[in-house]
Amino acid sequence: MHFMSFVKTSFKLWFSGGRYYWAWIVFLGLLIVSGAFAYRDQLADGLIVTNMRDPISWGFYIGNFTFLVGVAAAAVILVIPAYIYHWEPIKEVVLLGELLAISAIVMCFLFVTVDLGRPDRVLHLIPLIGSPNFPSSLLAWDVLVLNLYFILNFFIVSYLLYNAFLGREYNKAVLLPLVLLSIPAAVSIHTVTAFLYNGLPARPFWNASILAPRFLASAFCSGPAILLILFQILRKTNGLKIKDAALSKIAELMAYAMFINLFLFGAEIFKEYYSNTEHLVYTKVLFVSVLGKTSVHYFMWPALICSFLAFLLFLIPKTRRNIYTMNAGCLMIFFGVYTEKGLGLVIPGLTPDTLGEIYMYAPSLTEYRVAAGVFAVGFLIFTLMVKAAISISLGETVMLGDQSRDSRI
Amino acid sequence: MKKEITRRDFLKKSAGVAATLCLPAWAACTQDNVEAFLREHFLELSPQQLTKVLRRLEKENLKRFGKAGTIDATPAMKGVVFGYGLDISRCIGCRRCVHACVKENNQSRKPAIQWINVIEFNKESGIDFGEADPYYCSPGSIHNKAAGEKGSGSSTQELSKEQKAILQNPESQYPLYQINAEKPKTEAAGGCKVPRADHFYVPVACQQCKDPPCVKVCPVKATWMEPDGIVVIDYDWCIGCRYCMAACPYGARRFNWSEPELAAEEFNPDTHYLGNRPRRRGVVEKCTFCIQRTRKGLYPACVEICPVGARKFGNLLDPESEIRYIMKHKRVLILKNELATHPKFFYFYG
Ligand code: SF4
Ligand code: SF4
Repeated sequence: MHFMSFVKTSFKLWFSGGRYYWAWIVFLGLLIVSGAFAYRDQLADGLIVTNMRDPISWGFYIGNFTFLVGVAAAAVILVIPAYIYHWEPIKEVVLLGELLAISAIVMCFLFVTVDLGRPDRVLHLIPLIGSPNFPSSLLAWDVLVLNLYFILNFFIVSYLLYNAFLGREYNKAVLLPLVLLSIPAAVSIHTVTAFLYNGLPARPFWNASILAPRFLASAFCSGPAILLILFQILRKTNGLKIKDAALSKIAELMAYAMFINLFLFGAEIFKEYYSNTEHLVYTKVLFVSVLGKTSVHYFMWPALICSFLAFLLFLIPKTRRNIYTMNAGCLMIFFGVYTEKGLGLVIPGLTPDTLGEIYMYAPSLTEYRVAAGVFAVGFLIFTLMVKAAISISLGETVMLGDQSRDSRI
Repeated sequence: MKKEITRRDFLKKSAGVAATLCLPAWAACTQDNVEAFLREHFLELSPQQLTKVLRRLEKENLKRFGKAGTIDATPAMKGVVFGYGLDISRCIGCRRCVHACVKENNQSRKPAIQWINVIEFNKESGIDFGEADPYYCSPGSIHNKAAGEKGSGSSTQELSKEQKAILQNPESQYPLYQINAEKPKTEAAGGCKVPRADHFYVPVACQQCKDPPCVKVCPVKATWMEPDGIVVIDYDWCIGCRYCMAACPYGARRFNWSEPELAAEEFNPDTHYLGNRPRRRGVVEKCTFCIQRTRKGLYPACVEICPVGARKFGNLLDPESEIRYIMKHKRVLILKNELATHPKFFYFYG
């Protein structure tokens, strides 16, 4: 009974919003429609409508998947500093992190699904119904941990919100262990995803043990970058009480993460160029052209420069406290990590192929449209969840009980 | 007023999307039928269930090609593990094996799928995949032209429009080299006579690894190694994730990017469930040592067609077999030995 009114209230919240809110929703709706049509073409004609081919059998979809796993992981890991530094609205920080994680995971699932040649057979991946290849296939593991992570986060968020909605205190003994469990779970989803690439000796560019640490480091940059911007928006629109000090603290942590990321990347590049073996060709695909064939390096250089500049901006106290330079830094980090973890990971991993063929891949229009649609679905879910969650959690919408609650876990 | 229209438009559009999205799914349901959807994994099928599956698939063939053909599931022979030998010093790069394979194994003609990839190498540099040219004797062969820049990684050589088009769509050139293999043309037309001076040829197909990384990574056990050592794929179980393609060090796996086209008169009706039965869109396929032939004691199609006898095939467990003789008396070479996939495909110098 309470639950029904919980749902009803959420609905009411979704349909009330200003002009910007509706513009945003319509914009997302259009992207989703366009993506759906593109995906219909892909279902009708097969993956031939993408630019993937036998020499490079993974592309834009899998690149986005990888990036988003990082976002999902890092959003939750932000709980740790929130604890250590006692950021004030810690419950909201946790909540938003988990909501972002949930939306990111939904996008991950969608990206894997649109990449499948036979989406009608996904059930083969499910234990008991299908035949998941445990323990040897890392993709089977990835599906498992992503699902567990999704369920875990979903449960925490629902539990928090439902209690806030009822105006009752949540049970710390229930919540705390779950939140703590979600931290190693976050690390594990990203590690397993890194191992998925890492465990392929056929692809020297991925077969470097630095990959998993690099994944984690870059995730620590991209996830918080999104949250930083979000915190500011919500501070304006929903009166989320987060202090500037907390924001610049996050930025400072991102600077360290970015330093580690750049350092690990640099170590890899040194190894490749100094040893100068035939494996160097993959790094060259990333940074310069090979045989006159060019692609990713157009993005890779700006991405690297952006990452480095953002690192500087976040390192210098003055610029990381300034709201403008901080936001600029967030955007740069987003672009930098998105390129590095998306196509910057997939293309040089598969080009040249195992027999030396160089087929330069760039996504097709269909791929862009489908991907935009998937992102729009994720953002829509996120927007709706945040809209309901924030006003419920901030006590604007309470069904019973008083409104003065401790906002500490 | 204006708002009204856009909203109605919007509703109409979304209803259209919903309908168009659901239709293919619904159609697939009735056609593929629920049976196929609810089937067990191949290795868990009882003999009766297996027969049922085979008959259902034959019926599907009948609809598709006008003849059912036979799909059998002949099991591995006891005491047999197949091995392959290829004499690099004899191969002339004529690609006859490629086309014999396509015919025997019902590969898609459009887009052209070929399981054997004959690669041309420079005698000077030996087997160096950085110098490999899989498109020799066709306009796609840009490796030759830019060879001078190889390794420097900073070639500024401008590509012709044609070359760029081929790069964008590697399949577009398969028909070209099909023509070349049948009747060599002049250099100018993009064809040439093989073997070309100073070059040698290494045909590569699935190496039938004893420790196959493709099997290790497949998330749904759609690919596995049979008791006679043949690595097979169940085309009705594969989800098309292409993880195996990323894992295979020999570029042996092919994906059906679109619905494979195979004319009824080109359909080879003698098929094996794990081998040459016609495939559908969205799944992976590769060489199976002609499982439909070799399990009945025949040679693979490529062995039979090779005009210079470069291809040898036999039972690795039989000390008297030709393949064992080769391993004992010739200098044997294994591709990418360092990856420890332990291929059962042995190159040798005769
Ligand atoms: S060559 Fe490739 S496809 Fe064949 S068994 Fe080895 S890894 Fe698998
Ligand atoms: S593409 Fe098919 S055979 Fe290959 S790993 Fe995926 S499910 Fe397995």
